[in-house]
Amino acid sequence: MPTKIEKDAVTGRETTGHEWDGVKELDTPLPKWWLYVFFACIAWAAGMFVLYPSIPYGKGYFHGVLGYSQRAAVDADVAKLIAQRKGSMDKIAALSFDAIKADPALMEVALTSGRITFAENCQPCHGPGGGGRPGFPALAAGAWIWGGTLADIQQTVTHGIRSADADARQSAMPRFGADGMLKPAEIEAVADYVWATFYGHPTAGQDVSAGAKIFADNCVACHGDKGQGNRDMGAPRLASHVHLYGDTRETIVSQVTLPRQGVMPNWGTRLDPATIKSVALYVHSLGGGE
Amino acid sequence: MSRISKDDRRLQLQREAQGDHLYANRVRVYPKDVHGVVRRTKWAILVLCLTIYYLLPWLRWSRGPGRPTQAVLLDITNERFYFFNLELWPQDIWLLAGLLILGAVALFLVTSLFGRLWCGYTCPQTVWTDLFMWIERKIEGDRNERMQRDAAALNADTIWKKFLKHSIWLAIAFWTGGAWIMYYVDAPTVTVEFWTGRASNEVYFFTWLFTFTTYVLAGWAREQVCTYMCPWPRFQSAMLDDQSFTVTYQGWRGEPRSRGKRVAGAPQAGDCVDCGACVMACPTGIDIRDGIQLECINCGLCIDACNHVMERTHQDKWLITWDTLARQAAKKTGRHEPIKILRPRTIIYVSVLLVAMIGMTVALATRSTLELSVQRDRAPVFVPLADGSIRNGYTVKIANKTQMNGAFDLSIGGLPGSTMVIAEGDPKPVTVLRVLSASDEVDTFRVLVTARPTALTDGSQPVDFVLRDSATGKQTVYHSTFMGPPGYAGGVR
Repeated sequence: MPTKIEKDAVTGRETTGHEWDGVKELDTPLPKWWLYVFFACIAWAAGMFVLYPSIPYGKGYFHGVLGYSQRAAVDADVAKLIAQRKGSMDKIAALSFDAIKADPALMEVALTSGRITFAENCQPCHGPGGGGRPGFPALAAGAWIWGGTLADIQQTVTHGIRSADADARQSAMPRFGADGMLKPAEIEAVADYVWATFYGHPTAGQDVSAGAKIFADNCVACHGDKGQGNRDMGAPRLASHVHLYGDTRETIVSQVTLPRQGVMPNWGTRLDPATIKSVALYVHSLGGGE
Repeated sequence: MSRISKDDRRLQLQREAQGDHLYANRVRVYPKDVHGVVRRTKWAILVLCLTIYYLLPWLRWSRGPGRPTQAVLLDITNERFYFFNLELWPQDIWLLAGLLILGAVALFLVTSLFGRLWCGYTCPQTVWTDLFMWIERKIEGDRNERMQRDAAALNADTIWKKFLKHSIWLAIAFWTGGAWIMYYVDAPTVTVEFWTGRASNEVYFFTWLFTFTTYVLAGWAREQVCTYMCPWPRFQSAMLDDQSFTVTYQGWRGEPRSRGKRVAGAPQAGDCVDCGACVMACPTGIDIRDGIQLECINCGLCIDACNHVMERTHQDKWLITWDTLARQAAKKTGRHEPIKILRPRTIIYVSVLLVAMIGMTVALATRSTLELSVQRDRAPVFVPLADGSIRNGYTVKIANKTQMNGAFDLSIGGLPGSTMVIAEGDPKPVTVLRVLSASDEVDTFRVLVTARPTALTDGSQPVDFVLRDSATGKQTVYHSTFMGPPGYAGGVR
């Protein structure tokens, strides 16, 4: 309760009785029109209560006279969007990659759709912009294991790698150490050879001929005599600066001993063909496309 | 609950007895017509402002084939602003910020020199209210007649005159709302579209919105906009000091005010005859003799009203005048105080104004018709390639503000041995990229730069993107960086 209401000498008006560090406030009445605007707002609010969903009761709620529902509105918006995009997406599904690339407007739609699809589905493993993460290929680098043409990418995305799909890309590096095919000393020797020859870290005076022999006997069939790899079999190129599981000698040893066999889902069960083509075009455009 | 003292209870009862204390009825203002130099000036400014506002959209301007022919057009749909020969792009929007700063500082300067001239003469609220009051006066008569009419019971004449007044108000308000729209879309086109029902929903919405606001604000709300809604009167006192010219009642001359004839040699009576002409003329309904106050918009109509009375009572004119507080205080004691235009605040305002104006002019004059902007990819920051080299991605934007299609050569400085390709373009790496840019458009493309920099000790090095107009040889440079793993030394093992 304000206790120091007093009459202001200048205006003849009372103060509110509040005081802040010596500053007092005149009790100036509000204009009536302001009050009416306030009443109008209350009436407006009451109107909204009647027209729109408002009062909850038990398990239900009052739906409002207009029968408006945000969920229905969103569903309608989504349906409208799909209908709006249908023309372009049908074209992307029907046309060849070359035909899509020849149509700049359609290409823009495909790259945008692909970018968003990539961000929602692929980015958690492959990194934003396809920069890759340890164990997940850097798509932008172009160090393809299964091929980097648009058709290759489309195939990989649709059917996956070592996935449940019947047409999935399959490859299995033998478990040379775990299954006792090579002794630990032999693994160290072949690792020395790969590290020196293909990874480019030769040690002066080191003799790697033992490793070379083991490599020729066990690895050349898939990885090639120059470590160039073989895409038909999904055998990674060893003579490279980019390696899936890491660029160290330890990873060579661990991959030969007990190799990791990464899995990529078969997205054909989740994404429609037009979206997969879009995402293939986007991945191709990141810089690694062939 | 706190205890209520006897005194408080007494005050409370007193307030209840005063009736509806919390809310105040509007005190209707019936400004009286005045004639004089201030009123004539105000009419001239009003006519000038309204002529510009209503007619400017109809002014045509030749810009060549296929270009808008409206002199002033804010084409939001196509992202272009046209002011006569000047064409502004979204990239030039900072000019608008500069213009707003200029406007604000100019307003500060004028206010610190001459008070609220803006409020009294050029503010749209003042201009349209003045126009609406003039119509009201022409139809319903001057102050006394209007007061009597409103106090009396309704009759046919009152109903007819009120109907006529509101109809004309609404017509002007509609014209005002329509003219507003014409600044954003081609005036002749939108006029035809409007009346044939083919205009966009936005056009109809904003036309009716500004029709409504003009009618309500200038017809009904009037001085309440200035007193209650506008923030400017609340902080304009920060620009005023005792050297600012404001509409001033010269109390030292006028007081003690008294009615009746002035007798020569009777010094007890001041010049003010307390006729109330200044109060009756005031469009905000205040008494200027109470001194400078929030509601005063500094229009000076009270000066005309008072001068008229002073003439009739054979006294010196300008009892109410434009003057400064300092000079008034000096005059009271018979001293003379010189006018001080140069004060720290005016000097500061003028310097800021000059600096901003010079800056804007230089920026406008040297505005490039070709803009290059290069944005480095952030994810991934860089891509190590299988052969050991490093690749960075850049989003390059070329804004070709000329009227000609152009061929441009993009090259990179500071990164020897680097090559470029356009993503999803020609896959053959080149050192100089030939790009085509259509006139009046912004072209965006991703450029992938591959290099083996040898000086990436801290993971990045500066590079320059150079865009050369192949026809004129003019160059535009954009500074960027090339990044890679820290300690990278050419990728050779």
